[in-house]
Amino acid sequence: MQHALEGSQALARAVSLCRPQVIAAYPITPQTHIVENLSRLVADGELDCELVSVESEFSAASVVLGAVAGGSRAYTASSSQGILLMAEVLFNIAGLRIPLVMTCANRALSGPLSIWNDQQDSMAVRDAGWVQLYCTSNQEAVDTTIQAYRIAELCELPVMVCVDGFTLTHTLEVIDLPESEQVDRMLPEFRFERALDPLNPISIGTLVSPDYFTEIRYSHHSALLEALPVIEQAAQEWQAISGREQPALLRCSGPEQARIGILTLGSVAGTLEAALELYTDEPATRLIALRSFRPFPSAALQVACEGLTDLVVLERAVCPGSGGILGSEVRAAFSEVADAPRVHNFSVGLGGRDVPLDIYPRLHAALRNGDGLPYAILDLEPERLPASA
Amino acid sequence: MNETSDNNPLRELRKLQPRFSGMESGHRACLGCGEALAARLVTEAAGPDVIYANATGCLEVFTTAWPESAWRVAWMHSLFENAAAIAAGMEAALKRQGKATRVIAMGGDGGTFDIGFQALSGMLERGHNVLYVCFDNEAYMNTGIQRSGSTPHAAATTTSPAGKLRMGKRHLKKDIVTIVAAHHIPYAATASVAYPSDIRKKVRRALAIDGPTFLHIHSPCPLGWGHDGSLSIEVARLAVQTGLFPVIELERGGLAGVMPIRELRPVTDYLAIQQRFRHLFADNARAREELEHLQALADHNIEFYQLRGTHPDTRDTEGADTVTRGGMRWA
Repeated sequence: MQHALEGSQALARAVSLCRPQVIAAYPITPQTHIVENLSRLVADGELDCELVSVESEFSAASVVLGAVAGGSRAYTASSSQGILLMAEVLFNIAGLRIPLVMTCANRALSGPLSIWNDQQDSMAVRDAGWVQLYCTSNQEAVDTTIQAYRIAELCELPVMVCVDGFTLTHTLEVIDLPESEQVDRMLPEFRFERALDPLNPISIGTLVSPDYFTEIRYSHHSALLEALPVIEQAAQEWQAISGREQPALLRCSGPEQARIGILTLGSVAGTLEAALELYTDEPATRLIALRSFRPFPSAALQVACEGLTDLVVLERAVCPGSGGILGSEVRAAFSEVADAPRVHNFSVGLGGRDVPLDIYPRLHAALRNGDGLPYAILDLEPERLPASA
Repeated sequence: MNETSDNNPLRELRKLQPRFSGMESGHRACLGCGEALAARLVTEAAGPDVIYANATGCLEVFTTAWPESAWRVAWMHSLFENAAAIAAGMEAALKRQGKATRVIAMGGDGGTFDIGFQALSGMLERGHNVLYVCFDNEAYMNTGIQRSGSTPHAAATTTSPAGKLRMGKRHLKKDIVTIVAAHHIPYAATASVAYPSDIRKKVRRALAIDGPTFLHIHSPCPLGWGHDGSLSIEVARLAVQTGLFPVIELERGGLAGVMPIRELRPVTDYLAIQQRFRHLFADNARAREELEHLQALADHNIEFYQLRGTHPDTRDTEGADTVTRGGMRWA
């Protein structure tokens, strides 16, 4: 059924439909509305679950970890500094192969302080061993949250659903909210094989010597790679149930004959889609919205880029002292490919700087200039640099 | 699991409780480890229908070198500073599932007094139905005897060594049980590994209570404290008999009981048999001053908690763990 909902409100409703048994969260801008909406659903009796209002993000992540180990489906959400504070737990959750779902309302990292959107926070924990899915719209965020539980529980891996802070979380959209029977068809009752049980006592999280550690890391790496077909399967399943087209590893749009491609993560894809229709004089351009960043879908990306001579990687994060993060990974994916497109890498929209429609012609201009090789910040305003820089 | 069914295996397991031990021998603790003994006593008293959340530390390391484990109970270790939060999550899950299984969190003094304190405070404040047990060996022993918030004043550790200018740790031992009790939880108590039946009694008492409970067990570390492994019980007993470690019970923040001291001992009896206090027995004014200081701390405890026994009692420092016919041995 269609509803006009704020992104956070829609996400809370979607989470609620997944029937989590334990929710633990700590408020942080711009994730706050998600937790507030969930709390209201619990207060009104619309969501029957244990809501644990913890004293920090560190405990939020720990509580959901304990809850899944105790045999319950669990959910948390955070952002920015909260993601960093829970980073130690995030690695632990993944290493222990705990299936749970978390929303990351993407926001910049301090310092200096910024409460606005970029994707530095989820990028900072890209090596934690979580599945990371990026959403281009609130409808996608709703659909992805439901699929995330399916993926997590099939793969015994945690899934982070990345949703741009403010741009998505605080934006009102018309959302097609699924019926609870539809979600129940997607998500059978939660069952975790390794849940702690006094009748079948096991030890979880033991000390592991060098004799076995490498093999455990390898199996974790393999599990993430093996999640690629599961992500595709979950998208197909949900497409069949919901009747809405679902992107899997990435979503490709734009003319077939395009020789230029733009690859992004998250809501910038929506801006570019609109720009493509507006700026028809620019050369034909293929848009690629990467949905699965972890696992990294190298093969699907290579197929999506066939026929391209130039690929622009546009990202809302930066690795100081190196350049683009996504850009480096895309280049690595093409390192053994003959006739690979030339990769131009730009950061844009850091700390909430607006990414307007005219970013699209500016990108094409930069491309004609041969910029972004290897890396540049597209929307840098040199006159605003501190005097010493 | 239907808790009320007549052939419920959990109920059968609970009947075996007095003979149950949740921690096997054959683990890798040092000879005379107070924590290993205390942990076994806790699991024995708690029985099999418990899920454990264990903080990083000696206990986790010496019981579980994969693929081996000394635990016969459902047990999980996540991180150093989150045992209380993990336990809170487990408790929320079990509550949701309508299970009567209890949750015990375990941590050392580092994981409880210091790095895990925030998670502990949050768990207590939210009223989770969790027993938190702190095995206090008064320093970071797992990393090699570094000072903690629990290290007693003037004790030498590798990060508070005694030297030309310093007489060991300059600061006081944090009064964790009072801080915990200030959360107005139903039950907080201290115990000593020298008094096993007192530990058993307190574990059972804590588990009978609905709500957060806390048990602080003084557990000597022969390696860190510098005494022979065969002396662990004697050292632990002296800590209580001198008044340096008061054994007390607090209900809703108020004092509800103490273990009376029948034969009061001077603090030097306790300090002299531990290498970590060796520098206090040098022939100089500063050493004498620190000894006076420590005696004053013990005197304060004795006065504050009224620890002097007025008459011999089966529950006092001499009676609490002696075998008495038909009496208190198994409490």
